[in-house]
Amino acid sequence: MNNLEKPSSTNHNNRYIIIGVSLLILTILTVWTSYFTATVGVSIAIALAIATLKGSLVASFFMHLITEKKLILVILFFTVIFLFALIFLPFSDTMNNVGIPNDY
Amino acid sequence: MEIPFTVSERPDTGLTNPKFGIWLFLASEVMLFGSLFSSYIILRTGSLDWPVQSDELNITIGAINTAILIASSLTMVLSWTALKEKQFKRFKLFIGLTILFAVLFLVLKIWLEYIPKIHHGHILSTNTFFAMYYLMTGLHALHILGGVVVMIFFWGPGSKMWQTNPDQFVNRIEVVGLYWHFVDLVWIFLFPTLYLL
Amino acid sequence: MTNAEYSRQSFWRQYIFSVDHKVIGLQYGLTALSFLLLGFMLMVLMRWQLAFPGEVIPWLTFVVIFILLGLAIVFLAGKKRPYLALNSLIFFGIAALIWYFTTGEERLPGGIMLPEFYNQLGTMHGTIMVFLGVVPLAVGAFGNYILPLQIGAPDMAFPRMNMVSYWVYFIGGVLMIISFFLPGGAAQSGWTSYSPLADINTGQTMWLVAMLFVIISSLLGAINFIVTTVQLRVEGMTWFRLPFFVWTQLITAFLLLLAFPSLQIGAIMQLLDRVAGSSFFIPAGIIQGGKVLEYSGGGNPLLWQHLFWFLAHPEVYVLILPAIGIITEVVTNNTRKPLWGYPAMVYSLFFIGFMSFLVYAHHMFITGMGTAVTTWFQTTTLIISIPSIIFLAVIVFTLWGGSIRFTTPMLFALAWVPMFGIGGLTGLPLGLAPPDIHLHDTYYVIGHFHYIVAPGSIIAFFAGIYYWFPKICGKKLNDNLGKVHFWGTIIGMNLTFAPMLVQGMAGVSRRLYDGGLGYDHAQPVLFLNEWMTWGAWIIGIFQIFFILNIVLTLRKKSRSEENPWDATTLEWATTSPPIAHGNFITEPFVYHGPYEYNVSVNGQNVPYLPQHKKMDIED
Repeated sequence: MNNLEKPSSTNHNNRYIIIGVSLLILTILTVWTSYFTATVGVSIAIALAIATLKGSLVASFFMHLITEKKLILVILFFTVIFLFALIFLPFSDTMNNVGIPNDY
Repeated sequence: MEIPFTVSERPDTGLTNPKFGIWLFLASEVMLFGSLFSSYIILRTGSLDWPVQSDELNITIGAINTAILIASSLTMVLSWTALKEKQFKRFKLFIGLTILFAVLFLVLKIWLEYIPKIHHGHILSTNTFFAMYYLMTGLHALHILGGVVVMIFFWGPGSKMWQTNPDQFVNRIEVVGLYWHFVDLVWIFLFPTLYLL
Repeated sequence: MTNAEYSRQSFWRQYIFSVDHKVIGLQYGLTALSFLLLGFMLMVLMRWQLAFPGEVIPWLTFVVIFILLGLAIVFLAGKKRPYLALNSLIFFGIAALIWYFTTGEERLPGGIMLPEFYNQLGTMHGTIMVFLGVVPLAVGAFGNYILPLQIGAPDMAFPRMNMVSYWVYFIGGVLMIISFFLPGGAAQSGWTSYSPLADINTGQTMWLVAMLFVIISSLLGAINFIVTTVQLRVEGMTWFRLPFFVWTQLITAFLLLLAFPSLQIGAIMQLLDRVAGSSFFIPAGIIQGGKVLEYSGGGNPLLWQHLFWFLAHPEVYVLILPAIGIITEVVTNNTRKPLWGYPAMVYSLFFIGFMSFLVYAHHMFITGMGTAVTTWFQTTTLIISIPSIIFLAVIVFTLWGGSIRFTTPMLFALAWVPMFGIGGLTGLPLGLAPPDIHLHDTYYVIGHFHYIVAPGSIIAFFAGIYYWFPKICGKKLNDNLGKVHFWGTIIGMNLTFAPMLVQGMAGVSRRLYDGGLGYDHAQPVLFLNEWMTWGAWIIGIFQIFFILNIVLTLRKKSRSEENPWDATTLEWATTSPPIAHGNFITEPFVYHGPYEYNVSVNGQNVPYLPQHKKMDIED
């Protein structure tokens, strides 16, 4: 019973469609900006920023995180912290050896 | 003996068991694909002869696939809202579309990307870039396949539950949807990483 | 399903493919204990080689001992308890495996151990103990059986997924055993499977495949435990009324959930390096036996280490946290006092869980990481020692001023405290980079972690088994046999592991087939190899008392009371064993915290106040 809503979720459907279209536009934007190769760092930053924005839209609206219960949000918050650890801790080690030939 | 909160929400957490469960699963999947991205960064920054990715991969196909997946995410969530509005036929339509989009994604990937590359001699052992490409997109594709199988089940025999236990059925579709959006989300990061940078 | 329908289920549904957490817990327990025994025997073989290098192993003696043990079980169980008698197959199986090792030219030709086989034994000992023994026992067995009971739940949140978790683990375990029989034998690159050796060495492929199963089992189990703990707590069971055991299982589940995926990926990558010729971990120009191998190169061996240790460090907390939970239950119950600092314990648990993701590369200090990174990991490692100190301190403060009952479980729990203290303290020079340069990859490391796992976790599991046996089987284990088991085990363990610390400080490397025989610096401490081997045998012999205790207790008819320890937690609020279907005859309601021992109610002293009993003394 608590899952069915009043038919005014056409508002919700419209919202989803808008998000969907935004995602498509952002995809085009990602591809378009990739052709202007500034420095490597800038390309990565732009691509990552747009991807993060798109990801946030999917997570917040399609996955309803924007109205999700606190427990889920807290768990995801810590997951993201550990994700950053997983990405940056190993890299902080190997980045010291960038450019050194990996051979004998 | 009934397990409480399988269909109804526990008051203090506001969650059903399956919804909580799928989010936990997705948290582990974040770490799974996160390990891949971490490995990618390490291997690429440590490499002296990483190929120019946009020379090896077809950006157009990648972009089309991205659009297909986004569309499938939209149809997935619309199939769920259809159920919430008790529109069973609309649900079947939208989840059917989701399945079609997903299959299209796989067909494009295998037919237009994997097979030509293999013919070209670009396989896992060619270089570390291709190893990462195949592993990352391959694992992602396996997740798509898994999702397709589950969706077909719920489009077909599983949809009988709409008659017997509609609330639980809606919840199950929501859970499938969450999984599916996550698979889309991973691709949103995979695409620029592998194709554009 | 009604009770009547439930009991009309087929044998297979009730006992083999059961969805009841109690049955699954027992399945995990029996399987894990069998693997612990197997892993132990692998080590006994190794220890012979270390103490008496190049000498003929008394394999026949070991085979005969296991056959006799199996026969004893068959005889003691008799016709009245056929399923109990079936457990003898475990012993016959291990006997057969030991005999198998002596066949062929690749393992123990003429009874003398080959170096390659020594490496297999070492690798599989570690792998089996950690992944197939301790974790399934700590989490799969104790967690599955006790957790739902302690929160008042009828079962786990996802009973069918629980069943799947067990069988996937079982398959992984079978694959690991099968690997001994494949050409080239089992994995032999250490349980840490470092690349590039593990990428090209024999035996590794099956190890990787088996690990994929084990990891999936863990992930499914972790999801189940978390959802169950959060969602199925009975009314009145607020967070800070949970038994500490439940908290440890919850945090452990999060560690498994979020850390295992990195090893999953690493294992898939190493598997692809082996079967698809990729170079995830293979550097360019790699040479084996004088020949350049056909790899594209460009891979990074250290990437394996990062992915591996990102899991494997949280994994060691998975090994110890459930043990701390068990010890807390046993200590509070046998001190007849509330836990001294419950909030401190819980917050320390959060802290240790969080920090465990940030310390892992203290296993990599000597890989050339650079001072900044090394400093990070050194600092976080020292910080993470604080919660462990808090755990020990709280338990000691709980003991202080209590009326200690020296029951068999309590003996194990009391011994745990100094043993875990030694284990933890010996970790400090390893967590600091400069001394670690001297101690890394020596026997000191082996001594350190064995102190935590063996007289640490395993002692705690023994405490738990003696404590909860009457809950599970309705009968207490024999106290005299238990005390003999205790003393022999503790003495044996210390005799086995203390000398390792000495050998390590003298510089004896780990994973040496000859135990240091070929090194000058090892000569003064070589004699300790024999002591340690004796210690291992002492441990082994005294486990016979444990095994016989279980068999004899199971076959006797008389039952103990339902709450023989006068305990307060919810698992004691139902029958022993709990009713098959739903655990509790009526759903309990929780009125107070878990450790209300010797409390004052309305001016009167109450020796123990079960959680589900209202605070009236007229009961």
